[in-house]
Amino acid sequence: MSIPENLKYTREHEWMSPDGRVGVTAYASDALGDVVFVELPEVGASVEAGDAIGVIESVKSVSDLYSPAGGRVAKVNQALADHPELINEDPYGDGWIFELEDAEVGDLMSADDYAKHTEGD
Amino acid sequence: MDIPLIFEKSRPGRRGVRFLSPESLDGFQIEEHLPRELIRTTPLGLPEVAENDVVRHYTELSTLNYGVDTGFYPLGSCTMKYNPKVNDWAASLPGFADVHPLQPDTTVQGLLKLLQSLEDGLKEISGMDAVSLQPAAGAHGELTGILMIKAYLRDQGEERTTILVPDSAHGTNPATAAMAGFEVRVVPSNARGGVDVDALRNMVDHTTAGLMLTNPNTLGLFEEDILTIADIVHQAGGLLYYDGANANAIMGRVRPGDMGFDVVHLNLHKTFSTPHGGGGPGSGPVGVTRRLEPYIPYPRLRQGDDGLYWDYTPGKSIGKVRSYFGNVGVLVRAYAYLRSHGQEGLKAVSETAVLNANYLSKRLADHYRTPYDRTVKHEFVLSLTGQKSRGARALDVAKRIIDYGFYPPTVYFPLVVDEALMVEPTETESKETLDRFVEAMETIDREIDQQPEVLHEAPHHTVVRRFDEAEAARHPILTWQQLTGEES
Amino acid sequence: MRYIPHTPDEYQAMMDTLGIQSVDELFEDIPEKARLARPLNLEDALNEMQLSQHLMRLSSENINVNEVPSFLGGGYYDRYVPAAVGALAFRGEFVTSYTPYQAELSQGTLAAIFEFQSMIQSLTGTYAAQASMYDGASAVGEAALLSLGQLRRRNQVVALRGMHPDSLKVVETYVNARGSSLLVADSLDDLEKKVGDQTAAVLAQYPDMLGQVTLAQKAIELAHQVGALAVVASDPVALALLKPPGEMGADIVVGEGQPLGNHLNYGGPTFGYFAVQKALVRKIPGRLVGVAQDIEGRRGFVLTLQAREQHIRREKATSNICSNHSLNALMATIYMALVGSSGLREVALSSAQMAHYLERRLGELGLVREPSPASPFLYEFAMRVPGDVDQLNRFLLERGILGGFHLGRFHDAWQGLWQLAVTERRTQEDCDRLVEEVKAWISR
Repeated sequence: MSIPENLKYTREHEWMSPDGRVGVTAYASDALGDVVFVELPEVGASVEAGDAIGVIESVKSVSDLYSPAGGRVAKVNQALADHPELINEDPYGDGWIFELEDAEVGDLMSADDYAKHTEGD
Repeated sequence: MDIPLIFEKSRPGRRGVRFLSPESLDGFQIEEHLPRELIRTTPLGLPEVAENDVVRHYTELSTLNYGVDTGFYPLGSCTMKYNPKVNDWAASLPGFADVHPLQPDTTVQGLLKLLQSLEDGLKEISGMDAVSLQPAAGAHGELTGILMIKAYLRDQGEERTTILVPDSAHGTNPATAAMAGFEVRVVPSNARGGVDVDALRNMVDHTTAGLMLTNPNTLGLFEEDILTIADIVHQAGGLLYYDGANANAIMGRVRPGDMGFDVVHLNLHKTFSTPHGGGGPGSGPVGVTRRLEPYIPYPRLRQGDDGLYWDYTPGKSIGKVRSYFGNVGVLVRAYAYLRSHGQEGLKAVSETAVLNANYLSKRLADHYRTPYDRTVKHEFVLSLTGQKSRGARALDVAKRIIDYGFYPPTVYFPLVVDEALMVEPTETESKETLDRFVEAMETIDREIDQQPEVLHEAPHHTVVRRFDEAEAARHPILTWQQLTGEES
Repeated sequence: MRYIPHTPDEYQAMMDTLGIQSVDELFEDIPEKARLARPLNLEDALNEMQLSQHLMRLSSENINVNEVPSFLGGGYYDRYVPAAVGALAFRGEFVTSYTPYQAELSQGTLAAIFEFQSMIQSLTGTYAAQASMYDGASAVGEAALLSLGQLRRRNQVVALRGMHPDSLKVVETYVNARGSSLLVADSLDDLEKKVGDQTAAVLAQYPDMLGQVTLAQKAIELAHQVGALAVVASDPVALALLKPPGEMGADIVVGEGQPLGNHLNYGGPTFGYFAVQKALVRKIPGRLVGVAQDIEGRRGFVLTLQAREQHIRREKATSNICSNHSLNALMATIYMALVGSSGLREVALSSAQMAHYLERRLGELGLVREPSPASPFLYEFAMRVPGDVDQLNRFLLERGILGGFHLGRFHDAWQGLWQLAVTERRTQEDCDRLVEEVKAWISR
């Protein structure tokens, strides 16, 4: 399962890029199965690290989406409204979920640490 | 073949059943009686079909369904036993079916007597002191029961905030607790499939309002430590809630009241054999011990000088959870079932249900892993990890079972077992039916190695095959109007 | 035993397989202290013939609406149920199946629910309807919960008094459970005072308990003015004549479905319906059926958007509802197919025609309609009776008529009000008889 080196990761399987983009990992999208709906956070919302700010639904499961860092939601991926399957097809690319600005990034995992984290499961 | 819809048979101007004479409406203009802005101008959009069209369409649809009347339906946790026809007949008697809920009590004494007898019977079977017949379903009974616990504790001056639920519980348990305004905490299972008593001991505290428990649990296992569990919860000041989904296993052998439960709901559509109707109606009466009786939904059925009557005094009642009195048509069926069996009959029901489950489990154990090496009650769980490693998941096996003429067991529940297949044979299935099922399961197990694609693509002989459920949920089409693009 | 097929030999063979001497051994894991050491104290079993006689006797001890004309309403109406409804709905494949989780074996139930959703959507003028609720009252309760879930910072719902008291009671039970409250407004003016930034929903019944139809539009507007959701509860038959609430802007339309092809059943089982506008589809409680394609490209139906539901979302589910009232919804679907648009309209019109006849005749006797003799109504209305309503009803019952309902039993301000419902089953002769007996009672 791919874990890009340039991203940071949470224990809840979100990734965050240096420019504040957030999505879920390939590991998570595989575990969820076919994603059918994403409840996106509101643009402009102020969030804190660990806040549940969205929901990802698959056919037979549902999971909360947590913000990896504090900040303000600058953008959400509108393409997911019609094509939630992007999360399965391209979790680190077109399947991104939202972007934070003025992000206060706390303690996130490196790709190596995240790889160890998922091996434990 | 696409599955047909009645709308496709509609032809402008065609009429179905007529029971009114249109000419009698001459001279009545609704426009004279309603303000113009409140008169409907949009077509009703109902199909225009002949009675024969309707009869053929729904007869055809019925043949696309599989019921207990069709064949073996070992759907775990659902108690799909034979539904006696005489009970359906009874519920349709005019003195039960054609009675208005606002009729004076004096005009429904026969029905009230029936309801009273049913309350008494359910009290005896559950070991409770009082019963409400009002809740419409199991989950509805749960809500009623948990609200009673909340009201009782509040009256004791306690604002307790947490309900404990085992990790093997039905989804309705945590959903109910949340709906009743409680925080849910999940109690882990131990290696024997029961509640982890030590974990429970560490979890209870002054915030614990109660523990919701199904016993036998959703793994079909009796909670051997039930008396200790009850003590732990009670000593912490909480109450014990019995989810009666699996009561078919214990009638006449043990009663929730004697295990220490304070509140009980019974699923009459399971244990008392009222038909499931494609998803309902059910009925979920709730029983309570004496200290919780004041909180029962009202109206309460009481004996007066002139017969039985409904007492609308709210007192400390939690209120109402539905309109009027309950799913009376279902209650009539349950009463008929109760009277058909008596104490010996009900005991034989549970004993045979348990015997059937153990027999079937034992026979399947040669090819399928039973994760807990224990006597089960009325149902059991198989873990298809061995099959998965050979290339077939629980879902594939379940779908293949359809090709052998059976309804598949419950899949992927409880959540605590990997690749779970949950089997509940019920007492109304004969040994030869169980044996045929075993043969089918053994054949399927061989097929995994010989022709795995047969499983992956199963079922093969049904009117439709596996669906693209993901696409259905991504772009839901929920009505005929949306399907035909006439969405307003 | 009655429904157990095992022969003694088979019992023995099964016990041999398990290596046990007695079934008692299968219950040894029950702690001895908890075991029931005595037989259950229940009445003796009856055989099927005894049982049927016993039940017929109990049934005959009740007065049913086929024996005497009934003018009772309040959400449940004595409407004609065509014979084909029962003949089809009671086919064993429908009656004895479970929730359609295995779509391949459940296309009958699934297709019928899809038809039901479509018909309810169309009747109510909304975007989509779900597969059914327990009854009308719990549907209103769920609508209140949905609203509070949507507008999380608000903790009140406000209802107009004309809503069925059982619905109000259920709403109260449901919303109190989550720490929110229900306010009841006695009039539109009062409603305007009671709504505000804490209001998550305004609830109105249309037509209401007094037969009024003119309040819902304004209630919807007031809801939207304060940013709340508008919930309207309607008798579905009335919507054959009335502008549908969805078109008036209601966000959620619910109701008691009994009048559509269901017997009265002393109040249950019937079903509730629940329909919403597009924005709320993914929040709708209970089961929902959608179109799907199978791997060979055939159109069929599946349960969909299941991630909303308790078996997946558990404590975060929109509602704990699991069982619905599928069979009752099926009866309604068959009924609506049988009568069609014209037939449903005729049912409503015929009821309204006779109701207006009865109202005029009773008015001639000095009964006065409330809230105003001029307010429009369909087939249910309330009249002030000169004298004791309960006494009048007893007088009528002695003469073989189930008169109207004394609304004072529900609400103090309604003391002396007599609620009368007229359905297509009531003939002019029934109405004339009622009028004659009321006349006799007044001049007794």
